[in-house]
Amino acid sequence: MSGGADFAAAAAAGRPVPSRLGRLGVPALLFTLLALAPLLAMAGAEGYLLSLLSRVMIFAIAAIALDLILGYGGLVSFGHAAFLGIGAYAVGILSSHGIEDAFVQLAVALGASGLFALATGAISLRTKGVYFIMITLAFGQMLFFLATSLASYGGDDGLTLASKSLIFGRKLIEGDRAFYYAVFACLLVTYILGRSIVASRFGRVLRGSRDNPVRMEAIGFHPFRYQLAAYGISGMLTGLAGFLLANQAEFVSPAYMTWQRSGELIFMVILGGLGSLHGALLGAAAFLLLEEYLAGVTEHWKMIFGPLLIVVVLFARGGIMGILGGRGRRD
Amino acid sequence: MTPTLLLVQVLNGLQFGLILFLIAAGLTLVFGVMDFINLAHGVQYMVGAYLAAAFAAWTGSFWLALGLALPTALVVGLLLEILVFRHLYDRDHLDQVLATFGVILFLNQGVKFLWGAAPLNVPMPDLLSGSIPLPGGLLYPTYRIAIIAAGLGVAGLLYVLVHHTRIGMLVRAGASNAPMVSALGVDIRRLFMGVFGFGAMLAGFAGAMVAPILSVEPGMGDNILILAFVVIVIGGIGSIRGAFLAALLIGLVDTVGRTLAPTLLRLFLDPSVASQTGRAVAPMLIYILMAAVLFFRPSGLFPVRR
Repeated sequence: MSGGADFAAAAAAGRPVPSRLGRLGVPALLFTLLALAPLLAMAGAEGYLLSLLSRVMIFAIAAIALDLILGYGGLVSFGHAAFLGIGAYAVGILSSHGIEDAFVQLAVALGASGLFALATGAISLRTKGVYFIMITLAFGQMLFFLATSLASYGGDDGLTLASKSLIFGRKLIEGDRAFYYAVFACLLVTYILGRSIVASRFGRVLRGSRDNPVRMEAIGFHPFRYQLAAYGISGMLTGLAGFLLANQAEFVSPAYMTWQRSGELIFMVILGGLGSLHGALLGAAAFLLLEEYLAGVTEHWKMIFGPLLIVVVLFARGGIMGILGGRGRRD
Repeated sequence: MTPTLLLVQVLNGLQFGLILFLIAAGLTLVFGVMDFINLAHGVQYMVGAYLAAAFAAWTGSFWLALGLALPTALVVGLLLEILVFRHLYDRDHLDQVLATFGVILFLNQGVKFLWGAAPLNVPMPDLLSGSIPLPGGLLYPTYRIAIIAAGLGVAGLLYVLVHHTRIGMLVRAGASNAPMVSALGVDIRRLFMGVFGFGAMLAGFAGAMVAPILSVEPGMGDNILILAFVVIVIGGIGSIRGAFLAALLIGLVDTVGRTLAPTLLRLFLDPSVASQTGRAVAPMLIYILMAAVLFFRPSGLFPVRR
């Protein structure tokens, strides 16, 4: 079913297809695999596999959201972890006041991250290049320190949720498999939304503004408005990932929004291949699974992971999608 | 708050600001001359502190340790330049951010691997372990005064080096138009390498200087790196003068703000609310300052003319 929806989304894009494998096959395959994974997981350590894959899908949502502005808008946001934090804290703070309804929490998470994105984006987008990277970093750090000083919500230590969010007052997403499919649905919606945004006129203006803002202005578009809207959408989708992350861990802490986390999100997008959306999904999966594997091999896994990151940047331009022969990083 | 307490906070702020300047100076030169974002600059500060700790344990003398740590930090910086960074100069900023992020992961874990995760302590040199009486009767540690003096000394040295020597002239020329300098027959790669090694050594020096007053631990460079970036962005990328003034500004705002914010808020709010809001606002002050500076002057206070 997921595969069908995906083909539809890609077909609706109606754009020239550089590589059938890259454009249709890979996303369809990925979503089919993810849809079937719980069946395969029943053979082994089900709880472990499902929670690992749920985590992969949650970060894939954030990575896809980041890819929207990074890959298609050329906007290097180095503070995207802040939106993860906003989404997570919306769950944490509301549930500590006894509001555990998923839809209320989700609405607050999306609204707060959207507002934060619009407010900070309006300031950040005045700057270019390096300054944009640094000012988004500054806003991310601001929220991080705000979270550490929220003494009534755990401060540095964070706060534990009483339970996962309730849907119509019932614990519908309490089980591992139920939660897995809830995350899967969110990922699918995010991906289809991203696909249609990229394929729309809005997406084309966004790419035009990335490639040549002066020319876009000359033909009558105002790049700022489009970039701001894209930044807002990206922030909200990352907030959705934060909402899910809090629900998975049943725990919220400032650690969700360290600047290192923002760096990891960028790395996921680059690892998968910039500007292809499902590349971000692949990148998130590769990043988290590799992290999980290396951490099992040695305590000092970061000494392998760091150089690997350098090697990917130096030698594997275009990321996983580049290697698969799909679209390169500069389309 | 008494005037003496305020004086202590101002001195602490100056000391913090000068340490920030030592780190930001290298960062802003590398950034200005090579257009290279080096996130790994913070770990060079950490490496400096670890080297000082290791050499101090080995030789038993702070001064010998400092003397050994500086050239070793220089060598580490040059090695990183040769192995990783020089392959990134003509890449875009995104690639540079990622590759140097990889260097951070490696080195943060590397020091944990070599020296363990527990913080190390470096004994303070006897000569500077006393304290100096301040007007008002409080005592202030001599070592912190020494850091302020050393920071000011290095700042003066840098000023002379950058503004009154031939090398400094080339560095400034490289910051405003690197291809032109190269076309005039200067080996720009060697200039880059020199600037890079020098910046790494300054950061290492800062790390070695704070080793006796802070705990030396993995990741100690990560947060100060972000502050150094705030400094160079406020100061204007590539400007040593901007970095100096912005470093002092950030050092003072951050240190004094933490004590002053709750006090000032108490004038408007009731005490418990004021102290809680103050604690929340104080760490954000410098980022608010940075956002405000960039809002009004998108390329910093002292932009380098291009």
